[in-house]
Amino acid sequence: MVRIFVDNKQHEIEAGQNLLAACLSLGFDLPYFCWHPALHSVGACRQCAVKQFRDEHDTRGRIVMACMTPAGEGVRISIDDPEARAFRAGVIELMMLNHPHDCPVCDEGGECHLQDMTVMTGHSRRRYRGKKRTFHNQDLGPFVNHEMNRCIQCYRCVRFYRDYAGGSDLGAFSLRSQVYFGRHESGVLESEFSGNLAEVCPTGVFTDKSLKRHYTRKWDMQTAPSVCMHCALGCNIIPGSRYGSLRRISNRFNGQVNGYFLCDRGRFGYEFVNSARRLRRPLLRKAGGAPAPVSAAAALRRLRGIIAGCRGIVGIGSPRASLEANYALRRLAGPDRFVSGVSDGGQRLARLAVRILQTGPARSVPPGDIHKSDAVLVLGEDVTNFAPMLDLALRQSVRQRPLRDAAGAIPPWDDTASRGAVQQRRGPLFIATPAAARLDAIATAAWRAAPAEIARLGFMVASLLDQDAPAAAGQGAEERTLAAAIANALEEAERPLVISGAGLGSEAVLEAAANVAWALAESGRPAGLCLTLPEANSMGAALMEGGPLSLAVEAVESGEADTVVILENDLYRRAEPSIVNRLFKARHVIAIDSLDNSTTERASVVLPAATFAESDGTLVNSEGRAQRYFKVMPPLGDVMESWRWLAGITPAAEAAWQTIDDVIGDLEKELPVFTGAGLAAPGADFRIGGQKVARQARSYSGRTAMSANLSVNEPQSPADRDSPLAFSMEGFQGQPPPPLIPRYWEPGWNSAQALNKFQEEVGGPLRGGDPGKRLIEPARRRPHYFQQAPGPFSRSAGRWLLVPLYHIFGSEELSVFSPGIRQLAPSPYLALSPSDAAGLNITAGGLVELQTPAGFIRLPVRLIDALPAGVAGVPVCLPGLEGIVSPGIFAGINAVSEGAGGA
Amino acid sequence: MEIEAAMAPYPVRQAAAIDALRIVQRHQGWVSDEAIAELSKLLEMPIAELDGTASFYNLIFRRPVGRHVILACDSVSCWLMDSKKLMSHIAGCLGVDPGRTTADGRFTLLPVVCLGACDRAPAMMIDEDLHTNVDPDRIGEILDKYE
Amino acid sequence: MEMETPLTMNIRPGRRPPDIAAYEKNGGYRAVRKALKGMAPAEVTGAVKDAGLKGRGGAGFDAGQKWSFVPMGEDAPHPKYLVVNADEMEPGAFKDRLLLEGDPHQLVEGAILAAYAVQAEVAFVFLRWEYRLAARQLKQAVAEAYSRGLLGRNIIGSGFSLDLYLHISGGRYICGEETGLLNAIEGKRANPRSKPPYPQTSGLWGKPTVVNNVETICNIPHIVNNGAGWFKGLSRSAEGGTKIYGASGRVRSPGAWELPMGTTLKEVLEEHAGGMQEGYSLRGLLPGGASTDFLTPAHLDVKMDFGSVEAAGSRLGTGTIIVLDDRSCPVGMVLNLERFFARESCGWCTPCWGGLQFIVQLLGDIEAGRGRMEDIDMLASLAGMLAPGHTYCALAPGAAEPLASALRFFREDFERHVHQKRCPWKHA
Ligand SMILES: Cc1cc2nc3c(=O)[nH]c(=O)nc-3n(C[C@H](O)[C@H](O)[C@H](O)COP(=O)(O)O)c2cc1C
Ligand code: SF4
Ligand code: FES
Repeated sequence: MVRIFVDNKQHEIEAGQNLLAACLSLGFDLPYFCWHPALHSVGACRQCAVKQFRDEHDTRGRIVMACMTPAGEGVRISIDDPEARAFRAGVIELMMLNHPHDCPVCDEGGECHLQDMTVMTGHSRRRYRGKKRTFHNQDLGPFVNHEMNRCIQCYRCVRFYRDYAGGSDLGAFSLRSQVYFGRHESGVLESEFSGNLAEVCPTGVFTDKSLKRHYTRKWDMQTAPSVCMHCALGCNIIPGSRYGSLRRISNRFNGQVNGYFLCDRGRFGYEFVNSARRLRRPLLRKAGGAPAPVSAAAALRRLRGIIAGCRGIVGIGSPRASLEANYALRRLAGPDRFVSGVSDGGQRLARLAVRILQTGPARSVPPGDIHKSDAVLVLGEDVTNFAPMLDLALRQSVRQRPLRDAAGAIPPWDDTASRGAVQQRRGPLFIATPAAARLDAIATAAWRAAPAEIARLGFMVASLLDQDAPAAAGQGAEERTLAAAIANALEEAERPLVISGAGLGSEAVLEAAANVAWALAESGRPAGLCLTLPEANSMGAALMEGGPLSLAVEAVESGEADTVVILENDLYRRAEPSIVNRLFKARHVIAIDSLDNSTTERASVVLPAATFAESDGTLVNSEGRAQRYFKVMPPLGDVMESWRWLAGITPAAEAAWQTIDDVIGDLEKELPVFTGAGLAAPGADFRIGGQKVARQARSYSGRTAMSANLSVNEPQSPADRDSPLAFSMEGFQGQPPPPLIPRYWEPGWNSAQALNKFQEEVGGPLRGGDPGKRLIEPARRRPHYFQQAPGPFSRSAGRWLLVPLYHIFGSEELSVFSPGIRQLAPSPYLALSPSDAAGLNITAGGLVELQTPAGFIRLPVRLIDALPAGVAGVPVCLPGLEGIVSPGIFAGINAVSEGAGGA
Repeated sequence: MEIEAAMAPYPVRQAAAIDALRIVQRHQGWVSDEAIAELSKLLEMPIAELDGTASFYNLIFRRPVGRHVILACDSVSCWLMDSKKLMSHIAGCLGVDPGRTTADGRFTLLPVVCLGACDRAPAMMIDEDLHTNVDPDRIGEILDKYE
Repeated sequence: MEMETPLTMNIRPGRRPPDIAAYEKNGGYRAVRKALKGMAPAEVTGAVKDAGLKGRGGAGFDAGQKWSFVPMGEDAPHPKYLVVNADEMEPGAFKDRLLLEGDPHQLVEGAILAAYAVQAEVAFVFLRWEYRLAARQLKQAVAEAYSRGLLGRNIIGSGFSLDLYLHISGGRYICGEETGLLNAIEGKRANPRSKPPYPQTSGLWGKPTVVNNVETICNIPHIVNNGAGWFKGLSRSAEGGTKIYGASGRVRSPGAWELPMGTTLKEVLEEHAGGMQEGYSLRGLLPGGASTDFLTPAHLDVKMDFGSVEAAGSRLGTGTIIVLDDRSCPVGMVLNLERFFARESCGWCTPCWGGLQFIVQLLGDIEAGRGRMEDIDMLASLAGMLAPGHTYCALAPGAAEPLASALRFFREDFERHVHQKRCPWKHA
């Protein structure tokens, strides 16, 4: 701790900060632009000027930039000093020289950092009479809108996009007051994190294009704390809605998970909620007939009848449904007839991941800590496409070592100096995957191999770290050298990390990763492990220990059960159609889901489920962190939360479960692994000063007129039994406990940067702690190493090992129903190495026929240089490819001769 | 080849960016978008970054220029020696405004920062030749030497 | 006593510079032999420090002291770099051109010595493109030095190695700023870098780097040869050595001259520049290039050294004087200067890119007869915003100097423009 003096008042602060961060943490309103808590200081905008005094006798002082000045012991400054104030007002005036003053038509209006700072400094009169510079705007693709005339040259966009996120297609061009920020020509932004520009840019230059299509001002949006549904990392989000449609997603800070940013799938994938494929009414289908919509009451009546009269129920859960929904189904079907709802292989992998984290000594690292790792081994995962925010974290992690080496004279917040000193140097990052990965460019070494070889490399590394860990026999010299380099780097690191997961579909790879982390732990290193899983609640579903899908099929075919209830799950994406079809032999197939899909199309009863935007629930992310999401809008019409549908047809639950707290309470009692999951957020009866937390801001407009076209009476706000949040502007408007923060807004701070005011100190955890409750902690005992390294990969003539390839845009089920994501999803293809393709007499784009147990499918060929011979890549679940990938199987591939096509 | 050679002094390829841009310019007169795209591969730097560099420097031409480039000093010492008159004379002779290229593609007239010939003002350069103490009335004579 | 002119003794106007043979015949490369064979690097730095050589690039920072911040010894990061700043784009400055064109070997020798002192293995001469003749001559000199074993591996058997490269700039005044220059060499946009860390510890590619001006470097061989006492004796003030002064504008014989440091303004202007041209009289002057404050005829007795010019309210800068005559409009001159700075602003910090855009608009309006009285105060407050420390680098403060001082000394000229709604110097 050090003492600093601000306007003659003494304050105690953490040492090692700059004055701007310190002042903001102390609650002062000091304007700034170029500084950002994650991007740090560069001193470009000169907006954060304060007066610094040598000592208490110095009355003159000098202007310094707070963001570039260390807040050392005894530092004396004045924010209020007239000269400093005048300077700051002057800077804003200059910022505004070329600004078009077009707030009324600007999407940033009302949540604009530039507006906030202009008001804060008191600049209100334009004195510049000259010409403003003007620019042409670019089309940057479906996600980000570009309006360069509003630019104030703070350089945040390029600093985020290039320096932080590793993007290469956004730049600063020209100079003086004419710097242009954009691409070298119009075109889709290439970075997977481009959407963050909308939040990073303090003006309306880069804004959310998806929002533009159904625009709503921030103050008119109803918002609530939520969790992203589009991968297993569990990034925290704030969805905004109006008129019953979802308008946008913005970041919700969680220092333990996603920090300040989101990936583009998470930010722009939300539009499935508004999709025309939404199921809005219950459907009953007579055998062979068309589905007939019925009322909720009628549907429930019918279902109760079915349940009462049935011979047995199998419940098929879902890794994209909440714990509560899965548990409700488990209660309905009974623990023995509850299955996880993933492919059998997927289930083995998820269970293995759980076992590794529960029984071994390596800790699952919170996603928010991964950027601090100083040596990383990635075994098998294409993180950029499978768990995108890990990509962003790893881009920071490779700077840790060089930063430490360069430290000393350079404070960590001095970004220009740090980057100048670090230059191109990067700390250890080793990547072993079958196909090239986006992160290869920053990796120490990127190794291409078949899954078995990747696992063998891991076993080798582990055995180098701890002699007790089994090695893989018969390694080549190249592998040995690489393994030694990896072992070395991990051993020397202060925070080594192993990343692996379910992406490749290989248990051996997961086991190898566990061995490496455990061996590190055994040698006394603080070994971190990060195991990725495919879906938002994959971990929760795995912890619930349902049976495999095959169990459901058996139960139906043996006649043990004649009723199947499928929860939020398109089984045709999970298993071969021939298997799923067998389930439909049951007398009743009841599907609960939010979007029409191949499964709901065949079900005899379809119940319209609320999406994450209209329901509450708890998800467990791949780290093992239980997190609660809340409705941002009430479900419309007959749509209901899945657990409510299930409660309505479960005799024992109907009366007992009034709110979601009742469900999670029962879950915790019945399955002790979930103990604490209910603490992820305050319960429904939580109040602040007797009030619920308002989902609408005080300035929410049109409340009395919003539905005047339907009725001139102001409708009552919908009730919310399940949470301490209200669908209203009445209620608590201050800072609630972190899991309940519905928006960042503070007097004078209308933009997302109001977040500073919600943190204990800027960049630090939210006041009251970052949300979420970890359910898994490592075991403090010697590891039982996995003993069996796989044998070397050997290709069999005429057969190819299929490995899954992921696409951030396209591989995930729900997000592809957002037009922007759909636009960027590639069309289906089969990837081969150039030499294998040549062997088949196929060139890029040529058609092949893939023979899988699921059938034959024709695909054009994409050549991927580094793909090992004998390995073919199949993109996962791209629109049109759902359900055909069974990673790990061998398949035949034949060239389709020209002209023979046409099918 | 020439560009590879220009990389010799530097520990990273990107450092040769300005040398490389100028080599292209020497051969082609200016640096086209296509040239930027090709150089970006050679220099192993993203197009946006290379163009960010190229567009920063005034002696890298990102638009086509005439066969001869006139760099006429518009800084203070020359201004004191009536360079404005000189500039308007040249512009008059060529029939183009400063910053523009003549219709026949012969000359491009560019105002430029002090040429460090202040003791011989007004000064200008045509291609690589420095002309000093330029008498506005003799402009025609000078320009005639450049076909 | 004959005045010594060590820097220019080999320079004959209109003649080719000495080749290596001629240069060596006149005592050239003696200092290299002396230092590399007989002096430790620290001794070279010590000699320069003792001489009190102040950097001639404009800021006047003590050269020996600058070198002494470079990490030395086995553990020092490698490679280390020396950069000779031959950008000379400051309007009104043309002194480095004289040295570069007139005696390139002197620069090469100085660079070898400076590199040796800080144990740099690579040196760059950062030369503006427009200096074509200088480029040819430097290339020639460097080639000659390599062929004589004065550059390259194991120079004259001393064990010290140095490669010297010419980096030709892509243009832009900001490249002369020492950290902008480093980014330019790295192939990036020439935005300056924040200091600390200083280039001496973290410069080119994060390695220790010394940046010195051409004239600074040219002094080194003479200091090594003749010592600090001699160097101090050259001067007429507390600051040692000679200085290349220049004069441009409506003086009778504009030019550049090597004179003792501390020669008065009057002497430079009257004895060397020959006084004002027929029909012109002196209104004011910028003593050291575009980025220095105006001085007036009342200052003619000021000694042209760093301390004295600063005491008089301006800066020695490059020591090349720009003369404002009574038939040129001071507002027009300031407008010309500020247009230059605005055009060359790198666009990094707001007071600079925004302030200069605003200043140019206001000055343009005043000069065109559209000005208002409050514009003059606005100009003053904008100049105040560009004070040192307010901006990221020294370009903007440099731009503020002629403006602020013009408002002080020529205020009535600004007011006349506003009252008459036209420039009084332009005939209606
Ligand atoms: C905008 C700007 C332009 C500059 N241009 C030059 C230049 O052209 N040549 C030069 O030697 N120094 C120039 N300088 C000064 C350099 O930053 C640096 O101080 C100098 O090269 C150091 O050399 P010295 O210590 O030998 O004087 C410039 C400074 C600024 C702020
Ligand atoms: S003062 Fe600022 S904008 Fe101007 S040149 Fe320096 S860093 Fe660039
Ligand atoms: S925030 Fe400090 S200079 Fe921009």
